[in-house]
Amino acid sequence: MDAALLPNRFQSWFASRGWSPRVHQLQLIDQLAQGHSTLLIAPTGAGKTLAGFLPSLVELEARGKRKPGQAGNGIHTLYISPLKALAVDIARNLEAPVSEMGLPVRLETRTGDTPSHKRQRQKLNPPDILLTTPEQIALLLSDPASAKLFASLKTVILDELHAMVTSKRGDLLALGLARLRRLSPGLRTVGLSATVAAPDDLRAYLVEQSETETRSLSHLVEVSGGAQPDISILNSEERLPWSGHSSRYAIGDMYRLIKEHNVSLLFVNTRSQAEMVFQELWRINDETLPIALHHGSLDVGQRRKVEAAMASGALRAVVATSSLDMGIDWGDIDLVINIGAPKGASRLAQRIGRANHRMDEPSKAILVPANRFEVLECQAALAASKRGEQDTPPLRKGALDVLAQHILGLACSDPLDAVVTFEEITSSETYRHLDWETFEKVLDFVATGGYALKTYEQYAKLRKGKDGLWRIAHPKIAQQYRLNVGTIVEAPMLKVRLVRSKADGRRTPVGRGGRLLGEIEEYFIEQMSQGDTFLFGGEVLRFEGMRESEAYVSRAKTDNPMIPSYMGGKFPLSTYLAESVRTMLATPSSWPALPDQVRDWLEIQRDKSVLPEKNGLLVETFPRANKHYMVCYPFEGRLAHQTLGMLLTKRLERLGARPMGFVANDYALSVWGLGDLSLLFSSGRISLDQVFEEDILGDDLDAWLAESSLMKRTFRNCAVIAGLIERRHPGQEKTGRQVTVSSDLIYDVLRAHEPDHILLKATWNDAAEGLLDISRLGELLARIRGRITHTALPHVSPLAVPILLEIGKEPVYGEAMDMLLEEAAEELVLEAME
Amino acid sequence: MTALTSHLRKYSAAPVCHDIQVNGQLVGLHDSGVLWWPDESTLIVADLHLEKGSSFARRGIMLPPYDTGATLEKLAGVMDAFDPARVICLGDSFHDADGSDRLPAPYRAMLTTLQLGREWIWVTGNHDPVAPVRLCGETVDETKIGPLTFRHEPIEKIGSEETAGEVCGHLHPAARVRRFGRSIRRSCFITDGTRLVLPAFGALTGGLNVTHSAYSMIFRRRQFSVFMLGNDRLFPFTASRLVGD
Repeated sequence: MDAALLPNRFQSWFASRGWSPRVHQLQLIDQLAQGHSTLLIAPTGAGKTLAGFLPSLVELEARGKRKPGQAGNGIHTLYISPLKALAVDIARNLEAPVSEMGLPVRLETRTGDTPSHKRQRQKLNPPDILLTTPEQIALLLSDPASAKLFASLKTVILDELHAMVTSKRGDLLALGLARLRRLSPGLRTVGLSATVAAPDDLRAYLVEQSETETRSLSHLVEVSGGAQPDISILNSEERLPWSGHSSRYAIGDMYRLIKEHNVSLLFVNTRSQAEMVFQELWRINDETLPIALHHGSLDVGQRRKVEAAMASGALRAVVATSSLDMGIDWGDIDLVINIGAPKGASRLAQRIGRANHRMDEPSKAILVPANRFEVLECQAALAASKRGEQDTPPLRKGALDVLAQHILGLACSDPLDAVVTFEEITSSETYRHLDWETFEKVLDFVATGGYALKTYEQYAKLRKGKDGLWRIAHPKIAQQYRLNVGTIVEAPMLKVRLVRSKADGRRTPVGRGGRLLGEIEEYFIEQMSQGDTFLFGGEVLRFEGMRESEAYVSRAKTDNPMIPSYMGGKFPLSTYLAESVRTMLATPSSWPALPDQVRDWLEIQRDKSVLPEKNGLLVETFPRANKHYMVCYPFEGRLAHQTLGMLLTKRLERLGARPMGFVANDYALSVWGLGDLSLLFSSGRISLDQVFEEDILGDDLDAWLAESSLMKRTFRNCAVIAGLIERRHPGQEKTGRQVTVSSDLIYDVLRAHEPDHILLKATWNDAAEGLLDISRLGELLARIRGRITHTALPHVSPLAVPILLEIGKEPVYGEAMDMLLEEAAEELVLEAME
Repeated sequence: MTALTSHLRKYSAAPVCHDIQVNGQLVGLHDSGVLWWPDESTLIVADLHLEKGSSFARRGIMLPPYDTGATLEKLAGVMDAFDPARVICLGDSFHDADGSDRLPAPYRAMLTTLQLGREWIWVTGNHDPVAPVRLCGETVDETKIGPLTFRHEPIEKIGSEETAGEVCGHLHPAARVRRFGRSIRRSCFITDGTRLVLPAFGALTGGLNVTHSAYSMIFRRRQFSVFMLGNDRLFPFTASRLVGD
């Protein structure tokens, strides 16, 4: 690649730094100069961000300084990042080359924190480069002046694209891009991404799609991946636990590793794990090494402090959840310890990328499996990493609630022509498959709620004029839209405030609030009684009570909190890793790579029961303590297993097997009950083929979903995003007596009276893809058809031990709600009779 | 009225009530959330909040327009089962003062049919402080029949003369119990034997937990019972068993 693509000013800047431009940086300049949208895939430390900005900087340099009195040029380049902190960080980093080269470039950020006078000024006098987030793009596009604002836009840079496209924010952004392309024809997009499984998905996302079946792709610049990372699995002398996620057995090993390295980053999967590991490390921290904790529930101020300390090199280790997964540079980390299973090969690769930002040196990582199954999973992830294989999820189909929000936004900016808008929307890869009928339904929903009963015409938010264009009925509608924009619906959170304990025997009411410790999910607190203890912010707290939107806690004197696991294993096992684990189990020749304890475990399983086949399903049944257990091993992740467990219990109940409950983890599922399952299956009275028949995804599923609180939560999110109910804003909490409309009630009414409503469809789509993992469950049922092996055992098998140990730790499902009430009421009767 | 048949079937047998005494009067609590006073052949229902959906729609929040229909159908089912001589609506029968004016014709007809041959009393509430338009029935701020007084909002006093025998709505009581680490929340009746608060009957009405401070103005701490609405039966609990939200 020819360095002449770089103007002199740039060449001498590179030279003054002792650098030379990298090939991919020049390639990107070349591609954009030819008008090509381009995806850049590069590992961390490859100068990806600078590569993204160089083409714009070169063009802006050529444009020269604006003369006094000359009109502004409008925004030349938009940079969109998934995190506002990242946008701010990048702006800061970019200012150095701009000022050092003396480029006539003004760059500014715009996030939710930008003061309104500055936002106003940005509209009147836009900067050359604006660094912002998908939500801000949506807001800008809803402004009547948006056409003018973006008329001269040349480039859009999308950072961390692989992360953005996996959520509804990616949908919102896809719709925003489609509009931007219409406002500024010839617009080029630059996607910056980590390595992904299907780069073509991202390439398609970046460009306009036409109606033809073949999809258009952007150009691609790929930087092959630096030095091979140095990954190993912790070889602990300690006994490997059968189940659980705590990794407590390896605390000593982790502490030793921290001591041996300069700065370590310890990644965990859940916040409760983070709390536990942090506390345990400090318990043995004889040298009082500076070890910190970072997760999304902690107070923002505290998180910023940790980040600053990390960047300045004041820390030796940070225990973090995925809140630290992305983006910002954390300084020189020389070791990543991944605690628990990585859940996905690509996820692991991205985490490891946090260590060592110089791409030519290998990153060092150590995996710490928390239990025996996780050893297998870590082994599979390690193998995937060696082969450089990826398992990022495929591109999602655009969500309908996001579409509804977007349509309202478009109408706020400009009268809207339905046909033109439909074409614009379906020109994005994400919404390419949207059909006209669904689009009309969504439009109707935005206008009047989309109900078959047409009683709201008089209150319509959008009205179709004589010219056939849709307009908002009132300026207030635009205000409403602005308050509701965005796709992140936070779970209702409570502030956690420290007070003095009631347990001290003082009779005064719970003292006035002390320090704020952070925030915690409302549903977690809901399950607690006064006096319950839990880990939060690295200390054991005692729950004292609730006051308005705050949970009052005191410091507990115990070391052993009753940690109810909040936020269980957040990410389900990836399909790719699941398959590798199944292969490993079915291939004893691969076992020598495993630790002795694990190998013994599998060998005993082979002797006492059978090993699961790669593409089949092993079902074991055995009696235990007056109950009969069935354990099966689908390896499809906990979400799919939970759904399957719910459906299996319903079906077994109908077949007379009297099931009582079930428990699921990432690898296995266990159902137990009163009926002799061994006998029922082996005598053929119940056929396993029938139990696992694919039609289980039909009526049973519908019946269960009707009552499922999971669907109600999903519905609430859809209803907020689609603008059916208003977002709750901080400081505007409902005062107890003002009873607001609960989304659960709306859900019930809607299901009863208009089951085909577009919002119920959106809810179903969300649940099927996310929380229920229906598609994965469907694939499982198809895969195992005719390949189910049943083994009746006298007692529990080695492989079944982990899942049985989860009973009591994980939520058990099965009882109907009314039954709970009944039992509680009967208990009361007993109490009275004693 | 074919839409009613499902409810007719549900309540076609003699309705089973949970009998309690309020200020010495025998009254029956029903799992639909209505109160039945057999001696007076009177059915009492609170907080219908009819036309709540359209009330929100006026402000651009397009709640499903089925709430009025759902509420009236449920009410019709209950009426058919009890066949009361008198009905008392305990206020907030309409979600706003214009609600009765907006009532769509089919629902107006339905409501009128329910009123046929019965004494009908609309107690005013904070949401509907005025008499409904183009509908039968007498509108009062409160009414006293025998030892019972029917009003919308409970008087915020405990143990006084005027609150004995008070039957009211307004608060939308709901209770939560916990068991096996799971909790369940339902609308409920709440009473201390001298006064009674009914659950809200309307389809889109939420509930306010009985542990909220609003209730401490009308019941002594922990000296009350609730009757939670279950499917086809009520679940009684004493205050000490309940948890907050």
